[in-house]
Amino acid sequence: MSTENGNTRPGWRDGLRESATFDRATIHEIQRAAREGIYDIRGGGAKRHVPSFDDLLLLGASVSRYPLEGYRERCDTDVVLGDRHAKKPLELDIPVTIAGMSFGALSAPAKEALGRGASEMGTSTTTGDGGMTPEERGHSETLVYQLLPSRYGMNPDDLRRADAIEVVVGQGAKPGGGGMLLGQKISDRVAEMRDLPTGIDQRSACRHPDWTGPDDLEIKIEELREITDWEKPIFVKVGATRPYYDVALAVKAGADVVVLDGMQGGTAATQEVFIEHVGIPTLAAIPPAVQALIELGVHRKVQLVVSGGIRNGADVAKALALGADAVSIGVAALVAIGDNAPELDDEYAKIGSASGFYDDWHEGRDPAGIFTQDDDLAARFDAELGGRRLANYLRTVVLETQTLARACGKSRVQNLEPEDLVALTVEAAAMARVPLAGTNWIPGTEAR
Amino acid sequence: MSGAAPDSTAAPSRALDLSQLSVRELNAALHEAEDGRWEVLDPVGKHAIAAGLDAELEVEIAGNVGYYCAGMNKRATVRVKGNCGVGVAENIMSGKVAIEGDASQAAGASGHGGLLVIEGNAAARCGISLKGADIVVRGSIGHMSAFMAQRGRIVVCGDAGAALGDSIYEARIYVRGEVAGLGADCVAKEMRPEHLEELAELLAEAGIEDAQPAEFSRYGSARRLYNFNVDDAGEY
Repeated sequence: MSTENGNTRPGWRDGLRESATFDRATIHEIQRAAREGIYDIRGGGAKRHVPSFDDLLLLGASVSRYPLEGYRERCDTDVVLGDRHAKKPLELDIPVTIAGMSFGALSAPAKEALGRGASEMGTSTTTGDGGMTPEERGHSETLVYQLLPSRYGMNPDDLRRADAIEVVVGQGAKPGGGGMLLGQKISDRVAEMRDLPTGIDQRSACRHPDWTGPDDLEIKIEELREITDWEKPIFVKVGATRPYYDVALAVKAGADVVVLDGMQGGTAATQEVFIEHVGIPTLAAIPPAVQALIELGVHRKVQLVVSGGIRNGADVAKALALGADAVSIGVAALVAIGDNAPELDDEYAKIGSASGFYDDWHEGRDPAGIFTQDDDLAARFDAELGGRRLANYLRTVVLETQTLARACGKSRVQNLEPEDLVALTVEAAAMARVPLAGTNWIPGTEAR
Repeated sequence: MSGAAPDSTAAPSRALDLSQLSVRELNAALHEAEDGRWEVLDPVGKHAIAAGLDAELEVEIAGNVGYYCAGMNKRATVRVKGNCGVGVAENIMSGKVAIEGDASQAAGASGHGGLLVIEGNAAARCGISLKGADIVVRGSIGHMSAFMAQRGRIVVCGDAGAALGDSIYEARIYVRGEVAGLGADCVAKEMRPEHLEELAELLAEAGIEDAQPAEFSRYGSARRLYNFNVDDAGEY
């Protein structure tokens, strides 16, 4: 490895110039496609750089506003989700929930760990495209049950066992796309839950089988409420593409909560081209969604949960400041419970990857025992330890969020507001609809 | 499986009149009931009537219903004396739902168990995503029926529309009339004795006496698309 001229990339030598257009990753992908004749499938969310919460800064209090004492004064974090129509809304201690991830994509112990960690912190976890497992229900104090297009494992008993129901229209990694679980992960148990033969590739539909469009969705939601006697909050999850319209239509259809997932949001497996080129960044999705809620007079009444690339308390604080009521995390939670752990580096190397890079989650060979249905691999995973680590991570994220909120003078994290934010770039200013730092300029709007 | 029509010699049914009650009040009453015969009056196309039942009830609905009638039904027997809207008996788990008239799209969608009988015709996507339920249609069914159907059986005494059984898994389809076209990976299959036998049972359960199993053809998965192969990409 050369370090000359600051270039530390492996293989670089004097006189070599890498193309910005045909860089090594691009060349490698063309060569791979030419060899294999099929698109690349991987897990995770968009890896490309997109305008993000990192492009925003919070304005701490000074003369015009006063801060709250970091170690003394209260800064509440609890949130109620779904009190618009449901008899039993979710009452969470923290505004960070665990996003939907399927048993099938994840091992049963990994789902258990998510439940353990979330429950310890008083927040919810969410099923995925594979139904509800006893491990998950048993270890999740508050569990959101997803109604997906595939309807794998869907049944009224689990609907009633759930604490909320999430109608999944799309997800940020692949809005407009269905799912895929390759045969390697269709174990006997997964196959039985999904009513499929063992070992075949399983396709999850991209559209619901029994409704099309917002008018149908309204009736579908009514049916779900009837089946569950109007007890459960109904969430509608959309991948971020046209958030203004999608959020407005979800509200019109009767959603209690809208979950908005930006393009950085992860998936267990989808085409790389889909992950990187469809949908919009989380940052860009929030303001139009909030605008729709405000115009309909339901901001804070229909709660907005934002997901896609949330990593730390700064991301949470900024999402809340833009108008979200809570956030949801997926990839970060998996990393917290042990995904891509550096102590497994040798084992990642054996399957052609490295810790920090492993994303072939669909292959079922995860040495961490998280993205697998192989009993031996899954047995390596310690659900109790994973749960503790998730709780530690969530605790840290919440403390960070409170630290930032107090600095902005807020006694409740949801009291953060757009006026607490500025942008570092013109793009982020335009997307987040906050001023470019040091100016009063919000591109695309009148100066405020 | 009990018969389609409530037994006239049994205890008298209790009437629930939707001109007086809301759908919520109706369903709340049916959810609380543990057994008995119930008659739903004046449904006038309302949605989600008798959705989410989970008891040995016999429910007769006197007229047309809207979307998702008898959705996710368990154990109950529901008879609709009229036509029904989208998604009748969607995700049915068990029990029996019988429609005297026609059914709109997505009848029996993703049904896991039990029996849906449609004495008229069913529109597009009948039995879409089927997961183990049985559907018997006296008339014809529309296009894209049994799309991605995984388990269960669909019996059609009339004709089937285009793209029947597209991307079908292990569900079995029996059609007496013409099939406008088969979807990806769906093929005609041999009628073996066990198929004639199960078809006779299904027809009998549905109360259809004027159709003979030997008049039907069987369709199912060629299983060529079960594991993705780039050479099959043109098939989708």
